[in-house]
Amino acid sequence: MKYFKPDSFDDAIEIATKAEGTTRFLAGGTDVLVQLRADIVTPDTLIDLKGIDGVSDITQNNDGSWTLGVAVTGAEMSEHPTLEKDWPGVVEAMDLIGSTQVQGRATLVGNLCNGSPAADSVPAMVAAGVTLTVKGPNGSREVAVEDVPTGPGKTSLSADEVVTAVHIPASGAGRGDAYERFIPRTEMDIAVVGCGISLRVVDNVIVEARVAMGAVAPTIRLVPDAATALEGSTLDDAALDAVAEAARAACSPIDDKRGTIEFRIDVAGVLAKRVAKTAYERARAAQ
Amino acid sequence: MSKQVVSTKVNGDPVDFICDPRESLLDVLRDRLGLTGSKEGCGTGDCGACSITLDGRLVCSCLVLGVEAEGKEIGTIEGVADGADLHILQEKIIDHAGLQCGVCTPGIIVAAKNLLEKNDNPTETEIRYWLAGNLCRCTGYDKIIRAVQDAAAELRKAA
Repeated sequence: MKYFKPDSFDDAIEIATKAEGTTRFLAGGTDVLVQLRADIVTPDTLIDLKGIDGVSDITQNNDGSWTLGVAVTGAEMSEHPTLEKDWPGVVEAMDLIGSTQVQGRATLVGNLCNGSPAADSVPAMVAAGVTLTVKGPNGSREVAVEDVPTGPGKTSLSADEVVTAVHIPASGAGRGDAYERFIPRTEMDIAVVGCGISLRVVDNVIVEARVAMGAVAPTIRLVPDAATALEGSTLDDAALDAVAEAARAACSPIDDKRGTIEFRIDVAGVLAKRVAKTAYERARAAQ
Repeated sequence: MSKQVVSTKVNGDPVDFICDPRESLLDVLRDRLGLTGSKEGCGTGDCGACSITLDGRLVCSCLVLGVEAEGKEIGTIEGVADGADLHILQEKIIDHAGLQCGVCTPGIIVAAKNLLEKNDNPTETEIRYWLAGNLCRCTGYDKIIRAVQDAAAELRKAA
């Protein structure tokens, strides 16, 4: 295995373009190193991104949006004085991943590019409308988070492309977001079902919403029907029932030791209701 | 490219080592630097027995490559006591019998010390969540939690 620590994304892309065999980019390493040790993936080329300027920066832009470097850790997101105020759902989702030790290393982009359908931060990012800048030999492009995972362990990024930044939109007045997952214990587990919701209210009426479900399909799913169920409502019982039904309809889960198909579909509806309530309360408080 | 030279500080002392890019920092600490206090429980970041600090940040040293430590300050269990004088956390773990086999203990102490440096009055819930990544199969955790609470109280008195 060859280890590189370039000081620019252009150099990282050049190394990746010329590399033969398996290449992995390294930021937090909480998946890459586990796979290396377990002989699941032994990269021929490992490109450490932490030598590149700005990769650990959390920046709020003039328009209120946020730009996060690709090596920003969960701990750094939780400790940031104002990020959680704007996007509590994104921060709480990231914070659910692993232990304190894992939080000291793990990143949003790593969680996404690992491609797990149960990744906790991904439904929250999809709900929040997070986009990425992806750079390759032919230049940069902007990609929505929901367009990255294509199946378990698979992404739409090509081998010589690297994510260079994470963009979270401006939250603005009346915005609330939330993420919850079901696990059979209270900490250190993988989501059986996850749900992220972001919505905006005007005069207590939901004017726009995004709902994303995790661990109930081969990829994280954006559920437009669930968003439609919320929009125009004040989150009355009819809207809650409709969002639960839409969330359940979006599920095509697997049966495994952590949850049966039937259980996952049922819990998806329960979580969607619960998360919608939290997001709505936060949105009302932010009016 | 085979082995690489890495310059670090370990427990305040400048330390250079040579390692293969595939070696974990835990393997470097144990096998190259002779610092065998950090233990390997799982090697996959689940158990916390290899907990260290990297520039003050609590991490699992099995989930860090040795080469990633270039220019970093590493804190291990060997740096917790001051010579023969035990750290208050070490004393309290002994007083409360917060260990049996001892494999998790270095990681627990490094993690708890890192918590108390950020928060000198954590609640029981905060301690339990902070240490959720430090598995102990002997004590049932209760004695460890009490030891950390007791150490925190002592540290507050001393402050």
